[in-house]
Amino acid sequence: MRMTLPFLILAILTLAGGVAAMTLRRLVHCALALSVAFAGLAALYLNLDAEFAGLAQLLVYVGAIAILIVFAILLTRGGDSDAEKSFSPAGIGGAVIALAVFAVLAWATETSGIAHPALVTPPPESAMREIGLALMQRYVLPLEVIALMLTAAMIGAVILAVRERRNPAGTESAERPGLGA
Amino acid sequence: MSVAVAPAFAADQIFVALKYWLVLHTPGPFQTLVSILLTIIPIIVVFPALFAVTTVLERKGLGRIQNRYGPNRVGPWGVFQPLADAVKSLTKEDIVPRSADHVVHYLAPLVLVATAFLAFAVLPIGRNMTAVNLDAGVLFFFAIGAATELAVFMAGWSSRNKYSLLGAMRAIAQMISYEIPLILSSVAVIMISGTLSTTRIVDEQAHYTGTVAHWNVFTPWGLAGFILFMIAATAETNRSPFDLPEGESEIIAGYFIEYSGFKFALFFLAEYLEMFAVSGLGITLFLGGWSSPFSFLAWIPSWIWFFGKLLALIVGFIWVRGTLPRLRMDQLMNFAWKFMLPMTLVVIVSAGVWRFLPAGVAGSAALGGVIRWLVCALVVAGPYIALARVLERGRKIEKRTYRYAE
Repeated sequence: MRMTLPFLILAILTLAGGVAAMTLRRLVHCALALSVAFAGLAALYLNLDAEFAGLAQLLVYVGAIAILIVFAILLTRGGDSDAEKSFSPAGIGGAVIALAVFAVLAWATETSGIAHPALVTPPPESAMREIGLALMQRYVLPLEVIALMLTAAMIGAVILAVRERRNPAGTESAERPGLGA
Repeated sequence: MSVAVAPAFAADQIFVALKYWLVLHTPGPFQTLVSILLTIIPIIVVFPALFAVTTVLERKGLGRIQNRYGPNRVGPWGVFQPLADAVKSLTKEDIVPRSADHVVHYLAPLVLVATAFLAFAVLPIGRNMTAVNLDAGVLFFFAIGAATELAVFMAGWSSRNKYSLLGAMRAIAQMISYEIPLILSSVAVIMISGTLSTTRIVDEQAHYTGTVAHWNVFTPWGLAGFILFMIAATAETNRSPFDLPEGESEIIAGYFIEYSGFKFALFFLAEYLEMFAVSGLGITLFLGGWSSPFSFLAWIPSWIWFFGKLLALIVGFIWVRGTLPRLRMDQLMNFAWKFMLPMTLVVIVSAGVWRFLPAGVAGSAALGGVIRWLVCALVVAGPYIALARVLERGRKIEKRTYRYAE
């Protein structure tokens, strides 16, 4: 793989975001740094002509997951707790697991032929169209199953959230604002 | 029977030709750089200029709606008011609260404006005038739009003010809720066009049957989708009647309460840029982008059509702002989830029916078109009436009596 300048900039940005997410003291800062890493990763995908993966990464991770993390921090701990840094034995295990995952990924990349530029096929002209056709034809059943599962999960979450409030005082008077009203 | 549009005119392609001429006359190594700059700089110049025009238009328009004059002191009819506003915001002191998170407080308006500008990259503002012709242009637009939510949170959280945090929470809840109808109402267009590329979506609509263009808004699902899209767009850009995140009378100014001077102006700019961008996407998806509605008007340059439509939508936004009162939070959420979401799903079904019904029956092509139009209109109107009946049940509409106001 050739190291182009855009790749280097994006790689440094992504890594810096990841490192900052691990080292910053305030949790909200960590979450924001993590979203920088997500955005950098999305830009890396775009740099590799993987438009759908990059934009989906931006939409899902920066648009939804980062917001979810930030909300979770705000609603649970106030985001102000400055956690003391301490060395824990779990850190060693984490480092070993990270190294192992990296080794497996590196091995898979090396042996898959992506590392040899001669074997890389150029991206298709209309990649979006092919992804859409694959999702709607060949993989339509898995797609529908996942959709059903997500819907069930969402309904379950709503039921859990509604049960907490026994006295829905505000919701009783809820009214739909008509288009012309 | 669709007739392709007439060949491009000199006036239509004047900016494209100008760019090529300038790029050709630069020395070789700089050609790429100059080409990129000539694509970006017009966007950075034209849309803030439009913002300046819109602020005058809005203040004058709102003034007229509220029986007053609006700004009329700077220049003739107050047209130089934006210049005075710019000088004011540049010279004002930039106050940062002592307990604020300085870095995030500083970054929030920059991130917001940068993402607002990025959205214009995929909008075709004229024939051959798309800055970046992405295969997944519509997806890019929504992905960038999602990043603005994080900037709003950054502003609200870093200010260390309960009102700003409350405003940011309201803004994010509203944006997430209305993003779903916004995206789903564009899905119908994507289904019919069979592409996510904004350029090709416009190309599909720039054909004529007789004299009338194939704009999506002329179909029943397109009309309903356009109305839903614009309602969701109003909510996405936090404009009245969906301006709860700002709510002057409740939370003073929401997430940008602790910003002053030029940073405040940046928030103001970003808000209007988002409005232009989402209106531009509405024009691209439903109003035929740069194409003219009738083939005999095709001689008017394409970029005039785009900006004309944009100004018309802006006037609509101003009119709505001057007319409708602000919603309550529960009304906002009920409207999004109980009305907008089901209706966008109905629009998608109607678009599917449109796709598979034959455009012409044996014997008469016009009759088939009319039948298809009526069937699709019925698919939208039937569920709409049923949904309205269900939601109106148990709710008496009567004359309101006010205790102190009468």
